[in-house]
Amino acid sequence: MDLFEYQARDMFEAHGVPVLSAEVITDAGDAAAAAERIGANSGGVVVVKAQVKTGGRGKAGGVKLAKSPEEATAAAEQILGMDIKGHTVNAVMVAQGASIAEEYYFSLLLDRANRTLLAMCSKEGGMEIEQLAVERPEALAKVPVNPLTGIDAAKAAEIVEAAGFTQDQDAIAEVLVTLWDVYREEDATLVEVNPLVKTTDGQIIALDGKVSLDENAEFRHPAHADLEDKASTDPLEAKAKELNLNYVKLDGQVGIIGNGAGLVMSTLDVVAYAGEKHGGVKPANFLDIGGGANAKVMANGLDVILNDEQVKAVFVNVFGGITACDEVANGIKGALEILGDSATKPLVVRLDGNNVEKGRAILDELNHPLVTQVDTMDGAADKAAELANA
Amino acid sequence: MTIYLNKDSKIIVQGITGGMGSKHTELMLLAGSNIVGGVNARKAGTTVTLNDQDLHVYGTVKEAMEATGANVSVLFVPPAFTKDACIEAIDAEMPLIVVITEGVPVKDTAEVFAYLEGKQTQMIGPNCPGVISPGESLAGITPHTIAGKGPIGLVSKSGTLTYQMMYELRDFGFTTAIGIGGDPIIGTTHIDALEAFENDPETKAIVMIGEIGGDAEERAAEYIQAHVTKPVVGYVAGFTAPEGKTMGHAGAIVSGSSGTAAAKKEALEAAGVKVGKTPSETAELMRQILQGAEG
Repeated sequence: MDLFEYQARDMFEAHGVPVLSAEVITDAGDAAAAAERIGANSGGVVVVKAQVKTGGRGKAGGVKLAKSPEEATAAAEQILGMDIKGHTVNAVMVAQGASIAEEYYFSLLLDRANRTLLAMCSKEGGMEIEQLAVERPEALAKVPVNPLTGIDAAKAAEIVEAAGFTQDQDAIAEVLVTLWDVYREEDATLVEVNPLVKTTDGQIIALDGKVSLDENAEFRHPAHADLEDKASTDPLEAKAKELNLNYVKLDGQVGIIGNGAGLVMSTLDVVAYAGEKHGGVKPANFLDIGGGANAKVMANGLDVILNDEQVKAVFVNVFGGITACDEVANGIKGALEILGDSATKPLVVRLDGNNVEKGRAILDELNHPLVTQVDTMDGAADKAAELANA
Repeated sequence: MTIYLNKDSKIIVQGITGGMGSKHTELMLLAGSNIVGGVNARKAGTTVTLNDQDLHVYGTVKEAMEATGANVSVLFVPPAFTKDACIEAIDAEMPLIVVITEGVPVKDTAEVFAYLEGKQTQMIGPNCPGVISPGESLAGITPHTIAGKGPIGLVSKSGTLTYQMMYELRDFGFTTAIGIGGDPIIGTTHIDALEAFENDPETKAIVMIGEIGGDAEERAAEYIQAHVTKPVVGYVAGFTAPEGKTMGHAGAIVSGSSGTAAAKKEALEAAGVKVGKTPSETAELMRQILQGAEG
């Protein structure tokens, strides 16, 4: 889960990372009061920043300097509701103004390839780091970080030296240690500060932050659930989450249900290939119902998919490994009973694996007008695409 | 021969008394695995009876190893306790640990992986179906009824695609099929398994299944080009996955332009690997190779 800048800022503050004071507002009417409070220590100057989970806010006009409460209100009015690369701005952060002398870069992230953590640091901050990495790779220090020992004072000093800092080394290193605390204590997979700045009065401050959290670690962090951006979650994805289903909404016409993440991903691909021959229909979603494909789980899955107005046909693709196909067939049968008249779209079912004959026999006997059985995955994908294009 | 696991492997189960642990211990016994006991500190000294076999529950991995000579541990431990269970097994110098648990925080896995440095233990997983050497032993949850012994070695990030591929090629059979897991950090990689299959005289050809996320397939492709002489057939899932969305497996995510299925397929093909468009087509490519070798 990626956080908004203001959420990252709050998290930084809680772990002792130096940040500027700020408030987040969703109504431009609150901007003036926020600007008065926040601007009290910066000569009335504040920065109004769009809160969107994408880069390039500044260029899009989503960051504005305001020198008075009135200007802050005007800025908030302009920015709220703005569309930045397909993201609607629902909130702005009113942050204390600062006089910046220098801009740096720091990030700590999971390095999948080397199965460890990686710190990246540069004296040249503010720009897109991907661009810096390509244009001036020598300016970006990359230092592996052992997850067992993390960034202690010595490691922080090593990173600061690798980045080529010749002044303020201790002050910067101290901030890096606090950023490690954020990474470790919040189960982050990314902590990025861009820019990390030095103000004209010599303070080191995390001016803008990006944090990604590990959803597998939510059991250790019940408070992380509150950080979720419910306002912009797709309603079908939200419904699926409530039902404890592993669902991702896509833009297509063939609803997909399968068991196992790999098999479902593969099913999407096979449907997309089949769709090339059937008017370009595409898979409508990813839905992994896992091992226990009982009637209730199947019914919940179908319920979510049938509520997707784009869906014209559904492909149920199950390989009976641990789960036997007769259980799955009974699950489909039970789901159709639970759904009754609300099941209105054709269902193509491919069962294979453990107890396949029994499973197919159950569906043959059911003889449901919406259900078509096809024996192979490729053939079933073709049939589902054909029905979705009808 | 097989890789990682054979009929002489002595297996213990960490988490044998839990729901998943007892269910799958029973299935492992049915598959012919030599299960010699289990571990649960709170139930030390008790016995569980599964598939008419009495299995002793030990308090620690160390005790279990001393009493039974176990050389493989399969972990069905909840995510919150997986790290500690792994470290306990590593400290006991267990040669192979197979971590089935799904949902382990990646920081914990990163710590376990760092802890493995310089130790004797090999880790498979987490979030994986484990290893099966058909007809000999199963350490994990792969259904043993799908396919028998044969000349194919299989390595996959995905459990159900492993089952699907074993099923498609059940008339040939497998030396060993290993599910390495779909998490961002895993203990045994495609490359490790490819190396082991290359060195196994009974493995005649290899199926490698990958999916979106990371660059493990690209690096495996480089390895194949440089070191693997046996025919390799590949499959990659997730061509239609959108950027920035996790597709079921924690590691299955396209980030920006990296980790795409197209890039993985291209890298594998450049290394001379035949890559199927669908699982069935992939199986067909393997079929042609093996039939060619017979004819």
